[in-house]
Amino acid sequence: MYKYVVKRILLLIPTLLGAAILVFLLLRAVPGDVCQLRLGGGGEFVDPAALEQCKVLLGLKDPLHVQLVDFLAGFATFNFGESMWTGRPVSYEIALRFELSLQIAIMATLVSIIVAIPLGTISAIKQNTWIDYVVRTISIAGIAIPSFWLGIIIILGLLITTQAWTGTPWMPPIDYRPLWQDPAYNLSMLIWPAVATGYRYSAVATRMTRSALLEVLREDYVRTARAKGLLEKMIINRHALRNSLLPVVTIIGIEFAFLMGGLVVTEQVFNLNGIGKLFVESVTNQDYVMTQSLVMLVVTIFVLVNLVVDILYAVLDPRIRYS
Amino acid sequence: MSAMKTSFTRLALAAGLGAAVAAGGVVAASAEEPKRGGVLRIVVAGKIPSYDGHRESTFAMIHPIRPFYSLLIRVNPDNPQSADFVCDLCEGDVPKPTNEGKTYTFKLRQGVEFHDGTPLTADDVVATYNKIVFPPEGILSNRESRFSMVETISAPDDHTVQFDLKYASPGFIPIVATPFNFIYAKNDLEREDPEGKDPHYGLKWHQSNINGTGAFSFVEHQPGSHVLGKRHEKYHHEGKPYLDGYKAISAPKMSVRIQSIRGGRADIEFRGFPPKARDDLVKALGEDITVQESAWNCTFGYGANQHKELFKDKRVRQALTLALDRWGASKYLSKIAIVKTVGGLALPGHPVATDEETLKTYYGYWPDIEKSREKARELLKEAGAEGASFKIWNRAVDQPYKAVGTWMIDQWRQIGLNVEQIVVPTGPWYAGLRDPSAEGADVNIWPSCQSVVNPVVDAGAWISKSRAPDNRGHYEDPVLDGWYDEMQQESDPAKQLELYRKFEKRVLHEEAHFGQILWWHKINPHRSFVKGWKIAPSHYLNQSLDQVWLDLPDEEREQRTMDELGG
Repeated sequence: MYKYVVKRILLLIPTLLGAAILVFLLLRAVPGDVCQLRLGGGGEFVDPAALEQCKVLLGLKDPLHVQLVDFLAGFATFNFGESMWTGRPVSYEIALRFELSLQIAIMATLVSIIVAIPLGTISAIKQNTWIDYVVRTISIAGIAIPSFWLGIIIILGLLITTQAWTGTPWMPPIDYRPLWQDPAYNLSMLIWPAVATGYRYSAVATRMTRSALLEVLREDYVRTARAKGLLEKMIINRHALRNSLLPVVTIIGIEFAFLMGGLVVTEQVFNLNGIGKLFVESVTNQDYVMTQSLVMLVVTIFVLVNLVVDILYAVLDPRIRYS
Repeated sequence: MSAMKTSFTRLALAAGLGAAVAAGGVVAASAEEPKRGGVLRIVVAGKIPSYDGHRESTFAMIHPIRPFYSLLIRVNPDNPQSADFVCDLCEGDVPKPTNEGKTYTFKLRQGVEFHDGTPLTADDVVATYNKIVFPPEGILSNRESRFSMVETISAPDDHTVQFDLKYASPGFIPIVATPFNFIYAKNDLEREDPEGKDPHYGLKWHQSNINGTGAFSFVEHQPGSHVLGKRHEKYHHEGKPYLDGYKAISAPKMSVRIQSIRGGRADIEFRGFPPKARDDLVKALGEDITVQESAWNCTFGYGANQHKELFKDKRVRQALTLALDRWGASKYLSKIAIVKTVGGLALPGHPVATDEETLKTYYGYWPDIEKSREKARELLKEAGAEGASFKIWNRAVDQPYKAVGTWMIDQWRQIGLNVEQIVVPTGPWYAGLRDPSAEGADVNIWPSCQSVVNPVVDAGAWISKSRAPDNRGHYEDPVLDGWYDEMQQESDPAKQLELYRKFEKRVLHEEAHFGQILWWHKINPHRSFVKGWKIAPSHYLNQSLDQVWLDLPDEEREQRTMDELGG
């Protein structure tokens, strides 16, 4: 196991290097530059000399291989450089938003686990009954409805219903206060995006739990357990559910990693100052340095989460051993 | 000389220039007594690049940062629709030039203090303007070239600043009033790098630090979230500001900005909303929302790329402009897009702007659109360009880009042209505009937004490509260049106007280098309790917030102060 973990961590190096080169080249292939956007993005007058000077100051005039080496050297030493748009260190900009993104990811994951495992289990046990049909309808709707659309509906719904009931429209806060500073304010802001993303997330996990559990329930050892006269509750909880959770854990892990960097549109809808919003802004502003760093952050999170999921496999299923 | 100056600094814009109107509520024509206290909540669309006004050019910096700083002179906050400038840090009236129009002497207010307690002197203003006008190598000053008429800046005494120009220039005063010219403290500009590495450390200090003499002092900036300011108790305009503070919340998505005003999370947005958003807010909030509207100092047009064979023939370019029904668009397109006013190169209503009757004689402005399109078809036939195909190179931004681009396709199809719209994100769009051979960049969308209304200087957008790199028609026209240079140094307003007319007619009609479609239309719906703010013809202007107050009950204002500033 130990050797396996070390091997996986060493594999991170070529994976990250490949991703770094790829993202560097792809970003440079997009026409345009940050200076033009910064100095004249709104159609304002731009002094050509200022434009040239901006490019020099940001290193855009350096040959491509010099820029690449600078980026790789910086990445290797955890010095991600400074944002081309704000001039602040990339690590500072990311750290500022990481807390919010992490909180949303955890809240959405909790929503998902709380909803998906019981519903998926009930749906499997009550297969082809009206309960199963209701759960399946809800979960298929969750997969079909984009989170951002649900977010918009939630905001509009809050505005309309609060205006109808109290005469004053209310919507969630649009500026962040940390949980430890103002818990009520924080939760009144973040519960809605957590529900919007958690719903889609739980829909996927519900369907996965249901199908995995149905498969396990058809296994010989479950039939044996029933033949032995074990209580159905015990069969489900101790034997079937645990074994059916492997694919569910995979899904939850991947979705968690996705939430950490992928809440691009939902963060915009709820005006959350998270990693996803930073991603959109850096791409829009052609801030290569920031975009590169964010891509590398997401790649790293994905790789690490996959590693954790693989280790969890062994914990959940004693038959799995890595060597 | 004084007559010349009068024409550009004192003449109010005509009353019709985007007079603020109320769509849903009533614009505060208030004679009410301003109430002190409370925190104004603003939503801002963009992301602040740096805090240095001299370096940046975006409203995303102006809206949250401008209240921390003062200017030497500014557009009159009580009458921002006018071309009337008033002193901010200077004293009395805006000075008249002496020495045949070549010397401007500003007397500074006494007793002004920076937020850190440093008293303001003439040396601060001189150091500031030296950074803007004569930046050393490695320091970015985005408006350096606009001050090309300035020869020296000096301080004859502690409270006097003198600008000596190389030649008399009517454009000087409006350029000084540009809202990006924040006044910095000389001490800050001369700060030394603690590590001893950067010789220009002080000149870069304001990129990430704030110390001004504005109505509000800096409290905090959470990047991507908000900027918070609190009242500067020693502000130099007596009794102001009325607010205890303001919070500028970053909200890139327009739907969030609209809903946040509806849902009480924000009070105002200063850039502008489309007509549909205005109507939705008015419908939802009734008297709780007030709408101010104005013509916007942003042209919206196109340049046919003259590097492409099809558009080298001016008859084709003239046909393009003749096919556009501007008068109809002003009525109908304005219902869905933030464009409205028909005009030439100068903001309609400005003394320099061409009157409607003259405009109607230019190609593309004829009142009879059928006759106009008939002429367009005739010109296309003569040029052998009937049924020609080309692409519009447009920006992937809804307002007003895509809305107007789609309308243009329909207009040109009506004279038999096959038009396709290529919509690309902002970065690639700019890249395509710069490259005359870019695939798809046949007809380039060409907006131009300015802050202070200064048409004679702003005409520089339409001179030859070799001198104006942002020229999106990629043309060379030495005749225009000559007239432009003459205009800049002409001290007789009548002669200057004559030159401007010739220039404009050549650009829009004779050569049809630029197809001005409609002027942008600024719509600012805001909570009705926000008082004292008056809409300007630019989203860069009137943002010091010193005259804004909240018409809310005392306890609500106090609560806001408690919530945001902690008492």
